[in-house]
Amino acid sequence: MSAQATGAIPSADVWRASQARRRWSGWLFYGLAVVSTLMGLVMLGALLFDIFTDGAREVDWHFLSNYPSRIADNAGLRSALLGSLWMLAFTAIIAFPLGVGAAIYLEEYAPDNWLTRFIQLNIANLAGVPSIVYGLLGLGLFVRWLALGRVVLAGSMTMALLILPLIIVASRESIRAVPDSLREGSYALGATRWQMVRQTVLPSAAGGILTGTILALARAIGETAPLITIGALTYVAFDPNGPLDIFTVLPIQIFNWVSLPQKEFHSLAAGGIVVLLVVLLTANSLAVYLRYRMQRRLQ
Amino acid sequence: MVRPLLTAHRDVRPKNAMDNAKSLPRAHPAADAAASEPAGFDFAQSRRDSLRRKLVERSVHAVLFLCALISVLTTTGIVITLLGETIQFFGEVPIVDFLTGTRWTPLFASKSFGVLPLVNGTIVVALVAIVVAVPIGLLTAIFLSEFAPARLRSVIKPVLEVLAGIPTVVYGYFALQFVTPILRDIFPQTQIFNVASAGIVMGFMILPMMASISEDALRAVPRDLREGAFALGATRFEVVSRVVVPGALSGILAAVILSISRAIGETMIVAIAAGLQPQMGFDLLRSMETMTAYIVQVSLGDTPQGGIEFRTIFAVGTLLFVMTLVMNLLSDLLVRRYREAYE
Repeated sequence: MSAQATGAIPSADVWRASQARRRWSGWLFYGLAVVSTLMGLVMLGALLFDIFTDGAREVDWHFLSNYPSRIADNAGLRSALLGSLWMLAFTAIIAFPLGVGAAIYLEEYAPDNWLTRFIQLNIANLAGVPSIVYGLLGLGLFVRWLALGRVVLAGSMTMALLILPLIIVASRESIRAVPDSLREGSYALGATRWQMVRQTVLPSAAGGILTGTILALARAIGETAPLITIGALTYVAFDPNGPLDIFTVLPIQIFNWVSLPQKEFHSLAAGGIVVLLVVLLTANSLAVYLRYRMQRRLQ
Repeated sequence: MVRPLLTAHRDVRPKNAMDNAKSLPRAHPAADAAASEPAGFDFAQSRRDSLRRKLVERSVHAVLFLCALISVLTTTGIVITLLGETIQFFGEVPIVDFLTGTRWTPLFASKSFGVLPLVNGTIVVALVAIVVAVPIGLLTAIFLSEFAPARLRSVIKPVLEVLAGIPTVVYGYFALQFVTPILRDIFPQTQIFNVASAGIVMGFMILPMMASISEDALRAVPRDLREGAFALGATRFEVVSRVVVPGALSGILAAVILSISRAIGETMIVAIAAGLQPQMGFDLLRSMETMTAYIVQVSLGDTPQGGIEFRTIFAVGTLLFVMTLVMNLLSDLLVRRYREAYE
């Protein structure tokens, strides 16, 4: 363009050549963008295909109901499944009220001052802390300082702190989406702030809050590193029966099997992954379904 | 009873309010009573109710505030836990030796506490991941924001998000059992545990994050700029490469930094697929140990708690925490900059 501006008008051939170059560089770029987008999808497909061909035939009732074993044929997921359930239950009990409470405070109560901004900055940064650092926190604080030992409760508390930022962010978003007219209507009827929140804001925001919580808990099901750090065991041949029992979880059992040199255990690991993915898929579908229903109700 | 009057009177629709606050009138027995029998209004009762409500309000406020404060306490807890053990560690090992030594053998008889081999391993794996995630992620973002029709976009985005939701232990399995054999077919000298396969798979794990933050940045570039460029006769490629991407550069940079931070902190993929041999160098086909993999190794072993070997994981954890924190803050700063530029 600058060549034209300074006066030298390019010949028709030069112009045509540059047009062609511009056209095919555009197409090349478009092709690259399409291929890149496809690569992510292809990788996902390869991963799912690889795991299901390796592991799907391992999954049967025996696999779900047997304890882990040194003999691959007898090995199962029983203690890992129960451990994951216990851990998840207590994680939910701890993280849900704390997360929703923090979200309500920040959206409905917090004054705009340095402390509020500091809390918000804190939550944003906590979401970026590597999960294994939470493991070190749990090890130092819950396992050793509170002297809980390597039990379900220590794992749940660690995991609750890990997913708290996720629950807070999701809950805040859905509380913010409640129209102000509802709040004002509630005030106009004489409600106090807490009555307004409890009777107006929370029912309207419940769908989003639940969806966010389920997604956060799904994350907790798949987390491995922090639980290894706090010392969840890799071999448990009994049922954990409460919050103060030692335990293992699904991903740690999978990790244990992957780390063994024998091939039979690798297919067991793939079988464990199939179970884990099915659990996660169920949780995610539930979340999507809830979001859909709540959206319809609001409309 | 004086209620807080709202200062902003927007469109208040009582119908909506009634729908969502069905139980409200029942919550005020005093008001009901006042309406039906004005003569028998019990002022003492009303005052007691009002007092009780005030008390409830105050305590609810306090409890909710404490919930929000948990996040600050968590950060404090992390800092105190890490620093407490790390300071004790540096009492025995000089901090300079830790940060500049190139031999990491805390679990051997002849102990050496130079953390650089772990840092080297961490950075090499993260670089491989970035080389995979940044170009693919950026091009995916460009495709989604500039080329794809809305319906295609609404299909591809959630599918890509699935990649981000898959547990990292699954990626570890995939790297070791699927990618490593392929690499060994192509390069026979590849070790079973190697940096390349862990890094490549990690790249696909962080791809959705890279793509989604970059896409946000690209979309934040105003339409006017694009249309201005089109009006000057630019092709779509020229608009993207000379107007949109430069305009979104700070946001894209933020995505890159956040991706690096995520790659540095990732644990299970490297613990499974990259091996446990702390060493310097850049040979991607060999095994290396990262900081996170070392923490896992010690946690799984029978290292007695309270010894110097055990404290190493807190020292390594502190270094990891500081590295990721600095990068997260930097990326936060950059994101804020592009928001300010266009809003």
